[in-house]
Amino acid sequence: MSIKIGHKLYAERIQDGLNNAFMRKAVSSAQGRFRSGRLKAAEELGDWEDWRTLGEEIRSHTMENLDYYLHQLSEQVEKRGGTVFFAETAKEANEYIQEIAKKRQAKKVVKSKSMVTEEIGLNEALEKSGCEVVESDLGEWILQLDEDPPSHIVTPALHKNKEQIRETFRKKKGYTGSDDPVELAAFAREQLRQDFLEADIGVTGCNFAVAESGAITLVTNEGNARMVTSLPDTQISVMGMERIVPTWEDLEVVVSLLTRAAVGQKLTSYITALTGTRLEDEVDGPEDFHLVIVDNGRSKILGTEFQSALHCIRCAACINACPVYRHVGGHSYGSIYPGPIGAVLTPLLDGYDDHKDLPYASTLCAACTEACPVKIPLHEHLIRHREIIVEREKMTTKAEKMMMMGFAKWASTPAAYKLSTKMARTTLKPWTKEEYIEKGPGPMKGWTEQRDFPAPSKERFRDWYQKREQRSDQ
Amino acid sequence: MAIHNREAFLDNLAEQLGRSRKMKVEPPLYSVHPQERVFQGATQEELVEKLEEQCKIIHTSFMRTDLERLGDRLRSVLLNYDVTKVVGAGGSRNEATGLTNFYQEMQSEGYDVHIWDEAKGRENVSFAERAGAGIVFSDITLAESGTVTLFNDRYNGRSISLLPETFIAIIPKSTLVPRMTQASQLIHEEEKKGNLVPSCVSFVTGPSNSADIEMNLIVGVHGPVKATYIIVDDL
Repeated sequence: MSIKIGHKLYAERIQDGLNNAFMRKAVSSAQGRFRSGRLKAAEELGDWEDWRTLGEEIRSHTMENLDYYLHQLSEQVEKRGGTVFFAETAKEANEYIQEIAKKRQAKKVVKSKSMVTEEIGLNEALEKSGCEVVESDLGEWILQLDEDPPSHIVTPALHKNKEQIRETFRKKKGYTGSDDPVELAAFAREQLRQDFLEADIGVTGCNFAVAESGAITLVTNEGNARMVTSLPDTQISVMGMERIVPTWEDLEVVVSLLTRAAVGQKLTSYITALTGTRLEDEVDGPEDFHLVIVDNGRSKILGTEFQSALHCIRCAACINACPVYRHVGGHSYGSIYPGPIGAVLTPLLDGYDDHKDLPYASTLCAACTEACPVKIPLHEHLIRHREIIVEREKMTTKAEKMMMMGFAKWASTPAAYKLSTKMARTTLKPWTKEEYIEKGPGPMKGWTEQRDFPAPSKERFRDWYQKREQRSDQ
Repeated sequence: MAIHNREAFLDNLAEQLGRSRKMKVEPPLYSVHPQERVFQGATQEELVEKLEEQCKIIHTSFMRTDLERLGDRLRSVLLNYDVTKVVGAGGSRNEATGLTNFYQEMQSEGYDVHIWDEAKGRENVSFAERAGAGIVFSDITLAESGTVTLFNDRYNGRSISLLPETFIAIIPKSTLVPRMTQASQLIHEEEKKGNLVPSCVSFVTGPSNSADIEMNLIVGVHGPVKATYIIVDDL
């Protein structure tokens, strides 16, 4: 996998999403639960706006001094027996990790949930070198068995129901139980336990690295990330270069924001801070530790007007607040990063060519910006993307350009404007039923396919206004 | 041990930021500090109450006892969970709290008890994998979230609190602090003094769980399925 998923066009993906009734129901109920969880957790904590301000200040300070903190981090990791690899591209990162797998003669690799490894396509790379790769997060495992991409960055299998999951387990793993989620999870526990014990390498992502001590922090609930970092002899952690905080005191603040904004928990079941290799007198934990720090397009965002997109702590609060995501679901974005943050980030990381539609997958209602725990002005970034797509990239279609030119001419010619507003009702009469147009002609089609269009009123606004003025004069 | 490709990578970042590489950064002064106001001035007793309240949310049994009755409590918990194979953390605290005697008693009653011992190497992990319960001491306890902080080390292997189906944490009342803020401050101060942070700091909050299947909460996935906290008042 890479950041881009599938080859379908945006319009087709949207249709797929809109026609998937289960997914839409699942997404809207999940959004409701996530949202109330977040709001309740914020209220319970109190001073939420102060927390957001502090989160923003920490993230902003870190990005401004990113070179310094990454340097400090790498020094600390090395001091604690780890190896650090700075990878400018996905390819460099994958090749380095393949090299380790080869050196360790690894056959089995277990992974905990990580978006950045999805982004760089690490699984495919490792499989190519002959390793068996096992995803161990419950949602990711389901998707891996089903060869399906994630649709949400926190609960990746949100679009699947339990009957589908039972079917997948039955076909791929010989499961014979019911579709009770507890039984399904117990089956995963039993199946994956053996994988954890046998694996040669454990691969993790990184929620936040702590520069001052060299710790890699993982925020999880299932316990799989602890397995991945306790049992295999080699641990490889892959981090997007922006996923770092200066100190433990900063870590605590962003973790408090993350767990609340993501799932409404005060803390998740496991916040695990891992530093270097296991010490000499320790029994479990890795004897060999590698930290891979990935750029893969991120540095192009630094120093630009989009820099705050790098402040993202991957909580998905914006995704859970977005009315567009609610209707079209995660796969419609065609990116492993869906929702508002995905629409901002994907074109920055992977270019406008494949993702020019994403900034338009928004109503600009700003619910995302309001939900963001580190105050990223997401909807403003989306507007700026649109400006760039139109002005700099000149990516508007010919038809739209002509329409806009036509509109400008018409709206700036009073006679034409007057005539057409007068004629509108009569012209649209053949399509009008009880003051509504259900199936409009030509350019109206796109609108009326989704919802009815009110027929132009009998009286024009200008006429009505004039009459009103006359009445008040009397 | 090495660092690869660092200089070119970081030079590029500095260039993107429109300046030369930074070799020193003054610690920033943030404008607000809401984290210090949570449960500010709460007494130890009030923190115990907060913890008890939070345990209901995190599917964790909560008990209180004193040192004298700690063994009895543990015995009843194990009986209740129907566990006969137990792995416990090692170290001087076992002696100080009378647990060494307790474990010996249990052993003579037919329980299979293993105390983590680095000299036994991987055998510790294999035992933990088969054990029904793991017993550890909390190093710092966070009242707000119901979290047990474990400094995993030679005495307290990562597997004890991870592999067995039941997680039992003994919580000295004196380890209670309002929230993660105080634990992080402590680690930060130690780090500044040159005392290295443990190779693994685990903040554990109740049993493992997942909401990955239709957003249904499932308690118990890869880590422990059940959890009990035992507060010891006079520790």
